[in-house]
Amino acid sequence: MAKNNGTYLIRGASILGAGAEDLLISDGVIAARGAAAAAHNDAHGATVIEAAGLVALPGMVDVHTHLREPGREDAETVETGTRAAALGGFTAVHAMANSNPVADTAGVVEQVHSLGRAAGWVDVRPVGAVTVGLAGEQLAELGAMADSRAQVRMFSDDGLCVHDPVLMRRALEYVKAFDGVVAQHAQEPRLTAGAQMNEGAVSAVLGLTGWPAVAEESIIARDVLLAQHVNSRLHVCHVSTAGSVEIIRWAKERGINVTAEVTPHHLLLTDDLVRSYNPVYKVNPPLRTDADVQALRAGLADGTIDVVGTDHAPHPSEHKECEWAQAAMGMTGLETALSVVQHSMIETGLMTWADFARVTSFAAARIGRLTDQGRPLETGEPANIILVDPAARWTVDPARMATMGRNSPFAGLELPGQVVATFYKGHPTVLDGKLNTPYREPAASAAGAS
Amino acid sequence: MKHLLSTEDLSLANAIRILDTAEEMAAVGDREVKKLPALRGRTVVNLFFEDSTRTRISFEAAAKRLSADVINFAAKGSSVSKGESLKDTAQTLAAMGADAVVIRHWASGAPHRLAATDWIDAAVINAGDGTHEHPTQALLDAFTMRRHWSKLAGTASIGADLKGMRVAIAGDVLHSRVARSNVWLLRTLGADVTLVAPPTLLPIGVEHWPCKVSYNLDETLARGVDAVMMLRVQGERMNASFFPSTREYSRRWGFDDNRLRALDSLGLKDTIIMHPGPMNRGLEISAAAADSPRSTVLAQVRNGVSVRMAALYLLLSGDTREPAATAGAARTNAAHSNAAHSTKESN
Repeated sequence: MAKNNGTYLIRGASILGAGAEDLLISDGVIAARGAAAAAHNDAHGATVIEAAGLVALPGMVDVHTHLREPGREDAETVETGTRAAALGGFTAVHAMANSNPVADTAGVVEQVHSLGRAAGWVDVRPVGAVTVGLAGEQLAELGAMADSRAQVRMFSDDGLCVHDPVLMRRALEYVKAFDGVVAQHAQEPRLTAGAQMNEGAVSAVLGLTGWPAVAEESIIARDVLLAQHVNSRLHVCHVSTAGSVEIIRWAKERGINVTAEVTPHHLLLTDDLVRSYNPVYKVNPPLRTDADVQALRAGLADGTIDVVGTDHAPHPSEHKECEWAQAAMGMTGLETALSVVQHSMIETGLMTWADFARVTSFAAARIGRLTDQGRPLETGEPANIILVDPAARWTVDPARMATMGRNSPFAGLELPGQVVATFYKGHPTVLDGKLNTPYREPAASAAGAS
Repeated sequence: MKHLLSTEDLSLANAIRILDTAEEMAAVGDREVKKLPALRGRTVVNLFFEDSTRTRISFEAAAKRLSADVINFAAKGSSVSKGESLKDTAQTLAAMGADAVVIRHWASGAPHRLAATDWIDAAVINAGDGTHEHPTQALLDAFTMRRHWSKLAGTASIGADLKGMRVAIAGDVLHSRVARSNVWLLRTLGADVTLVAPPTLLPIGVEHWPCKVSYNLDETLARGVDAVMMLRVQGERMNASFFPSTREYSRRWGFDDNRLRALDSLGLKDTIIMHPGPMNRGLEISAAAADSPRSTVLAQVRNGVSVRMAALYLLLSGDTREPAATAGAARTNAAHSNAAHSTKESN
């Protein structure tokens, strides 16, 4: 084996949904594209992957993943969560900070980062907490996390809102020192005390305490104005309401440096599902109405919403096999994201595969400041590539997923699109739709892991 | 019917069937020996995650009058963090051979979870869940109203509905499972419902409900009502800015002595005053109103036992069950065969 990570000739893949071309992957990069690929020196002896009918896309980058390690290894580990990510077509995930201990120091983010490298399925980019212990009182050592080996650029108290306006202002100001971004979980806490589901026609009937849209929208409105005032960069996590889309659209028109994310589940599901009282549909922010779903789709299509973030949130079964009010909030999403976005955005004619690459990879890598992810499929670029069969149809079965979480709201649903192969740094982590082997650092540097 | 979880999805036929069966059960309550052998050998569990002596003893009396064995299980404060989960509790009861579980829970939807999962195979009766529903309360309210409405019309109550009856439900609708169950059931029975409450105590989305909404009790009375149902105001609402003070609440939305006199001056001589209990005298209802001949409060309690007997009887001895259970039971309509009846196995 001359090359560390093998050589692969992908034949006839539709590049970002456009014309069929060949791609030659060698030594971790795209060595050649188009007619030059087969003619390249390295193509001789390459493993050939027939990709007629498949779409080649840049590896997906998730800006919002809960890997649960350290602390809740009964829910998910870096190993199981990143296996799920690779199967779902991701080559990078941002691991949220609400672990135990909280990722609010350089030590914890470096631990998560090195667990990710040891696993070898995707880039694991830790998100640092904005405040110590997510308590919303005192800034965590953001600079130390930025300077650590994990090179944190995204900071979030996700799960909790940085609701103190002064603290939010300071965080936005401070992260300018290292080109960071504050990713806000927009939820006014007083307006959502005890909230169980979207406040509206369905909550009125079910007698579940409402989570009003205004609790999200008022924080977003405040934060875009703060970002403008201190000239910093704001990212809004999991936007869920039509009003939020309007506010972000307004902010972008004014030139405010704000980006926003939407989850696959908010692109497809509505609060009508809560009528079952099945906690698999309990999530924060909650499932909203069909009008919100349509506004989110339109916002994603027109660029108001920049990216899809899964908010993959695995929970042990006992946290869902209970009363609605007792149940944990969150849904798994890594292994269904591509299919749900294809179903709700591409098959509806709202987006193309090129748009898909923008919202799942290019823009996401830019928000997280990942330089070797979310790159175009061009010669010389890092070979983070996925091959997708858009004609495939499959029925979601949580029991067969790689994530430890069985809390998929899409269980039983037939969805389009299957990830056939995932190349991470030129190495196939997924082949034939199945996990292959993890990427291993070349030479001796593997000793640095684990 | 396999379960009784809500009135929202209760058909007119099933509602009338329960009310008619309750009339027959009421006749048993008038006898010297207030007992039927209908549910002999069957086990009814009262599973109460929230204190409610009134509702529990009503169900207990109902089950005992049908000769069922009754187990009272007070699981107050149970939670995943604190102890046994609902799932484990349910499976424990299933292992003990419960045929019906009467569940009272502070969490909306808990009875639906019991019914929808495979944790337990017993019939589930919702005895009040969170701020969602309290179907047997609505049924006993409807039973009480139907007797009154039929008497005024000079017809029999068996088989009757509530078409044309004007009902005002006043108070904390937002947090009231009684109000919700009543709105759906009264809609099904054809009554004309008006909710009266401060805007803070009406849910967002109430505009989609099959009823009128008013902020003014006096105007609602002046338009003419046949029944006024006062809802209990929970103590914890008073400190959460839902209204400025209990006195202001009482003046604007309470059924006080002035409003009791107003019924007379408005010529509403047959209007009844209802309350699900327990009452806060002097807050949502004055003592004079509660004790007036118009008050049906005690009749509601009495009717509660009959309605709960009917619910237990129909769920536990439907025609898909073994015939022995129906021996000696009150005569019921032959029209049992709703397609929705499931083939419930006994445990």
